Amino acid sequence: MPGEGTSLRFPPCSAARTPFPLVLCAVVPGRRRLPRVGARMTLAAGCCQPESGPRCGGLRQRRPRRPAGEPSRPSPPPRAWAPLEAPGGVWAPLAFVTLLSFASRFHRLSEPPHVCWDETHFGKMGSYYINRTFFFDVHPPLGKMLIGLAGYLSGYDGTFPFQKPGDRYEHHNYIGMRGFCAFLGSCLVPFSYLTVLELSKSLSAALLAASILIFDTGCITLSQYILLDPILMFFLMGAVLSMVKYNSCADRPFSAPWWFWLSLTGVNLAGAIGVKFVGLFVVLLVGLNTVYDLWELLGDLSLSLVTLGKHLMARVFCLILLPVALYTTQFAVHFAVLNKSGPGDGFFSSAFQSRLIGNNLHNVSVPEHLAYGSVITMKNLRMAGGYLHSHWHLYPEGVGARQQQVTAYLHKDLNNLWVIKKHDSNTADHLDPSHSVEFVRHGDVIRLEHKETSRNLHSHQHEAPMTRKHFQVTGYGINGTGDANDFWRIEVVGRKAGKRIKVLRSQIRLTHLATGCILGSSGKTLPKWGWEQVEVTCTPYVKETPNALWNVEDHINPKLPNISLDVLKPSFPEILLESHMVMIRGNSGLKPKENEVTSKPWHWPINYQGLRFSGVNETDYRVYLLGNPVVWWLNLVTIGLYLLMVTCAIVAMKRGVQLTAELKELSEVLLHSGGKIMLGWLLHYLPFFMMGRVLYFHHYFPAMLFSSMLTGITWDTLLKFCAGRLSCSVGRRVYTYGTLALMLLIVYSFYLFHPLSYGMVGPMASDPNSPMAGLRWLESWEF
Amino acid sequence: MKFTFTVMLLVMHETGGLNKPFCRMLEFLKQPVVVTAEINVNLVALTVMGLVNRLWALSYPRAVVFDEVYYGQFVSLYMKRIFFVDDSGPPFGHMLLAFGGYLGGFDGNFLWNRIGAEYSMNVPVWSLRLLPALTGALCVPLAYQILVELHFSHCAAFVAALLILFENSLITQSRLMLLESVLIFFILLAILSYLKFYNLQKCSPFTAGWWFWLLLTGVACSCAVGVKYMGLFTYMLLLAIAGVHSWHLIGDQTLSNVSVLCHLLARGLALVVIPVAMYLSFFYVHLTLLYRSGPHDQIMTSAFQASLEGGLARITQGQPLEVAYGSQITLRNVLGKPMPCWLHSHKNTYPIRYENGRGSSHQQQVTCYPFKDVNNWWIVKDPGMQQLVVSNPPRPVRHGHIVQLVHGITTRYLNTHDVAAPLSPHSQEISCYVDYNISMPAQSLWRVEIVNRESDTDVWKTILSEVRFVHVNTSAVLKLSGASLPEWGYRQLEIIGEKLSKGYHQSMLWNVEEHRYGKSQEQKEREVELHSPTQADISKNLSFMARFTELQWKILTLKNEDTEHKYSSSPLDWITMDTNIAYWFHPISGAQIHLIGNVLTWASANVATLVYMCLFLWYLLRRRRKICDIPEDAWRLWVSAGGLCVGGWAVNYLPFFVMEKTLFLYHYLPALTFQILLIPVVLQHLTDHLCRSQLPKNAFSALMVAWFSSVYLVYRTFSPLTYGEPTLSAAELRALRWKESWDILIRTH
Repeated sequence: MPGEGTSLRFPPCSAARTPFPLVLCAVVPGRRRLPRVGARMTLAAGCCQPESGPRCGGLRQRRPRRPAGEPSRPSPPPRAWAPLEAPGGVWAPLAFVTLLSFASRFHRLSEPPHVCWDETHFGKMGSYYINRTFFFDVHPPLGKMLIGLAGYLSGYDGTFPFQKPGDRYEHHNYIGMRGFCAFLGSCLVPFSYLTVLELSKSLSAALLAASILIFDTGCITLSQYILLDPILMFFLMGAVLSMVKYNSCADRPFSAPWWFWLSLTGVNLAGAIGVKFVGLFVVLLVGLNTVYDLWELLGDLSLSLVTLGKHLMARVFCLILLPVALYTTQFAVHFAVLNKSGPGDGFFSSAFQSRLIGNNLHNVSVPEHLAYGSVITMKNLRMAGGYLHSHWHLYPEGVGARQQQVTAYLHKDLNNLWVIKKHDSNTADHLDPSHSVEFVRHGDVIRLEHKETSRNLHSHQHEAPMTRKHFQVTGYGINGTGDANDFWRIEVVGRKAGKRIKVLRSQIRLTHLATGCILGSSGKTLPKWGWEQVEVTCTPYVKETPNALWNVEDHINPKLPNISLDVLKPSFPEILLESHMVMIRGNSGLKPKENEVTSKPWHWPINYQGLRFSGVNETDYRVYLLGNPVVWWLNLVTIGLYLLMVTCAIVAMKRGVQLTAELKELSEVLLHSGGKIMLGWLLHYLPFFMMGRVLYFHHYFPAMLFSSMLTGITWDTLLKFCAGRLSCSVGRRVYTYGTLALMLLIVYSFYLFHPLSYGMVGPMASDPNSPMAGLRWLESWEF
Repeated sequence: MKFTFTVMLLVMHETGGLNKPFCRMLEFLKQPVVVTAEINVNLVALTVMGLVNRLWALSYPRAVVFDEVYYGQFVSLYMKRIFFVDDSGPPFGHMLLAFGGYLGGFDGNFLWNRIGAEYSMNVPVWSLRLLPALTGALCVPLAYQILVELHFSHCAAFVAALLILFENSLITQSRLMLLESVLIFFILLAILSYLKFYNLQKCSPFTAGWWFWLLLTGVACSCAVGVKYMGLFTYMLLLAIAGVHSWHLIGDQTLSNVSVLCHLLARGLALVVIPVAMYLSFFYVHLTLLYRSGPHDQIMTSAFQASLEGGLARITQGQPLEVAYGSQITLRNVLGKPMPCWLHSHKNTYPIRYENGRGSSHQQQVTCYPFKDVNNWWIVKDPGMQQLVVSNPPRPVRHGHIVQLVHGITTRYLNTHDVAAPLSPHSQEISCYVDYNISMPAQSLWRVEIVNRESDTDVWKTILSEVRFVHVNTSAVLKLSGASLPEWGYRQLEIIGEKLSKGYHQSMLWNVEEHRYGKSQEQKEREVELHSPTQADISKNLSFMARFTELQWKILTLKNEDTEHKYSSSPLDWITMDTNIAYWFHPISGAQIHLIGNVLTWASANVATLVYMCLFLWYLLRRRRKICDIPEDAWRLWVSAGGLCVGGWAVNYLPFFVMEKTLFLYHYLPALTFQILLIPVVLQHLTDHLCRSQLPKNAFSALMVAWFSSVYLVYRTFSPLTYGEPTLSAAELRALRWKESWDILIRTH
């Protein structure tokens, strides 16, 4: 090894200026850059030639590959922990754990035959795809699209309403969708097995991690229903596995496997974000790993700048451009499939709605120009803005004047209708059929009367409820008789005075005549008294923002001829941006209600409380989402243990303690491989502490996957360390029995707790007669 | 610029004739007594300029300016020793302001209700504003010292100090009774003392100076955190830097294991233990000073209230501790959100049909009522016995006992059944049982579960015990839902029976607040008894830690409803100073004070940050390729100075993006201070390393002089808005409106 890299090294300065010779050197096959760390080289050996001969002790492969002809070093002394890894290779165990995993996930898959928990949402959304009706959800579309696809392929016809948990499926074919989720959920086990194997090169670590996931009741339960989580976790683990794989191909950059794993990482990343925005955390993990990787490459002076550029571009392409392209494709498919009007329309702008078949804006034919006496709805132009709305409720005491509320409302509703009236005359003559139609023109002073309550849109110098800088907007007057504060000047952006006002296309601004403020929607959600609708204010700051602009959406005037309008169809990027804005707003709107008991992130790792998937009473078939407590507490303890071990290792190294080769290898695994997994755990767990939205127990499961892999690696390392301290035969026994004991513990605890996932009937565990009573170790568990 | 003064005090010769001991005593006088004083004239000059600049005409305007109206009320409360809770931060800052008031002999009698109100004669304006102004002035020499300790030239240090000196926003903020300048002072002090300590580390560890600066770091950190929670981020930054340095120390193999351990322990003591202890002591002083009950009592638990003089303590003193069968009690919800309230019932029943068409049981309403009322009284009854008085000796109620709760005035039983609650249809209705002779039996048995029990046989105690009431038949839990009932329920708060009791939530916990042993068996007598006040004596003293924990928790979780302010802004507006705050406006003369920074300084600071980051990245990547553009020493200096300044800026700025509270421009000032310190760092680096020959160096210097003069000019231009005088005309004001978005108050006559 020495000599290979040094011969290529140029003086630093010239290296940068004359990259040419280096390029030549770098691409010579067989010539590799210096290994950064011992482990990396061997990981590569494992990855790129997985079937190269039987493995005799994964650790032995750690030796860097030598150029031919160099005399081999004396083989290392026999290891205490060799036996577990010698025979059978890695494929037989892989097949075994995969089999177990599938068996555990598919066991009693069809039970219970009714809607469980969030199946009511995601099953319903799958149906929407099959029926091609447009809906709105806070998550990106991929997961639900896949569910829909699985349902479609397995013969589900999309007719089941999924109204509420507990509804029986009857003759509807739901197994296809559950089976799809269970399939993806089962793949987590082989993925984690391969990941840990790749990272630690230890069969027993991989088996330990795999058995934790196989026998965790929480993972089983979460995989058995029509939910987004198994899909998310599939892509997430896929991304981690392919990331680890391409890292271990690092010594053969630009080879076929390298490209394969790199682009597969990108594909999985796109999948992960496409299912839920939580996928961003794994993007962050891969991103940090890539930055570290590039940093290492940059420090390798044997690589020319051109090669570095190639490395950079390859990653930009595979990890940024490819996922972005795939992600947008998902949305393109989403919008192409959902072309019928449905329950989600009102969340989107008028232009967006005109795309949807069946929406009243699709191939719309309405009177083109506004006239006095027209009945209209007005939609705010900000992203996810609502319709101008009013209802019979008053502003509460202490919030401005006690007059009728005016809000912005996202749903279509009769209370969104307003009548345009002249400011100085009252209604009758507009309705009179003999009276000629008079159009509203830019610059006219008008009065807007709420159709249902006959109150006028009104503003005055009281503070608005949320945005204290603005004025309050109310409904005022009885049967259209109000005061001078009901007068508004209607203007169209970018048009001259005297022009008519068009439906949909004109961007309208309503200026309050008395105070000069402009009608707008602040985008803030009102508290309970306002039914959590959006605040409408009159802003004294004259700014050209979409908040203060409106368009007329519905327009009813029997006296005017209907004209078919080809509304400006929005372009794809606009749709994409708009739907993201709507999703973000939706997500931040999921706030916990006051005095409601919510799950807190610190509950999760200690398995403090589960989620009731199905069944409440004693006679019901009950399923309870709760991690296998033994496994989860083992994971928790391991995190502490890991930190302790890492601290000892790095302090020892920093203090210059001379480690034996064996210990060096162990600490290498602990620091680099364990570090990556630990980082993954942190990234998937800590951000939840800062989230304001409603949190649930199942949000922890991605982090739990990392935690389980960490457990495998840490205990394996610890046992190896202990075994290494003892004499050969004793050490071997300690290592073998230690691993076996851990696995038996996991299997036994699964035996105890398996009814949680596979269903319980009979008295609740709080009842001392229940068979599960002895297992209610924490008072907060309710099964 | 250093002058050395040698002062010869006294030279005396032996005169003889004096007795021996005296001679020996005077022996030392044989030598001339020499006091050598080194005075850094720079430092003195800067301090003087700072003082002049910050203290000049300090008591003008003699009116309440901006947030003085907020802090002032706390100063008044300190003067009157009345307890309060302020969710904006820990008490040390308020205490410092109050100390100013104490020095000025303020009696606390001023109504802090309106910005712009004239101060009455009893308010010592000057001394109230003195401490912030002093700390603001001292920031100037601190900035100088910091750059010197970072091994930058005195010239660069001087520039840094002058930039701080001529920063309008810092001046405005420190001349008023506000806390930002105090915070900045402690932050800078912490940084300076850490740097001093670190520079001593190499040559003389464990000397007195070393200890002094190390301890001062910890003390200054805790003071910064004690003034405002923003200080926490700088503390974290310092801890991180200290962590990195300790890590190098561990790697230093010339040190023995023991000495490394000593080093680490010393740091742990000074940077962790002492700050925590100091922080606790702030609260100790705070709670010791404020012993009287006051306007914020309601927020605290009954136990806490009982520990204050007056208020609840007066009522609860002398109450029997243990709740017994026959006790008359009021039950207060422990969470008390949206407002503190007591379990309540009254004659009125639930309407037969609600607005949405659902039906009710039409039984007597049970609500939570936020005011003291005779209808809040309940009697604890043993289901097995008829009597409503306490037997002799009293039989205490223990954890797990089953009781009935009888409403005192109407003598109806607290009841729940399988009927949906009025506003929360997923939960059970709670009512007082009225027997309508229909097939709806009374289900009035409740199990008492003491949540904070020590053993399973604990007795239910007044004030101290937090209790859940679990319904025996349906295992529903008595809970405050937080919704308020419509007109028929008099807008009182809804009480429900939560069926799926997921874990413990404070809204399900109740504690007994007022308590007495019932004596009258007859209803009429009992009513009289209920109306009469409870008898008196014995106070319940909470330990300091319990009070501290509760107060701290309340400070952190208290949410102010007000989320909007006319001058609130978003963090993005701050970098470019797109916003200002009008602090004060004289209604007649039109004189005004604004929080507006020195535009040029802000812009230069931004440019400096940008240049620093670009250069840093450039050097970093090049060094990774083993190309060294600057010598190793310069690089280390560049990294440490930048890490401190850019890091300080980042930790004091970025967290605001995730904060959900109302934000103002002044929140940016600590970050800005760090950014200003970065300007001379970048400038010196540019002159030293990028201007290689003499000509560009000269040009650069000339440019610097021009730039600095303009900084001064901008300061002068805006100083009328900073100091509030002289009064400007409308045209002049309009000329000062350099940005469209600034809100300068121009009167139109």
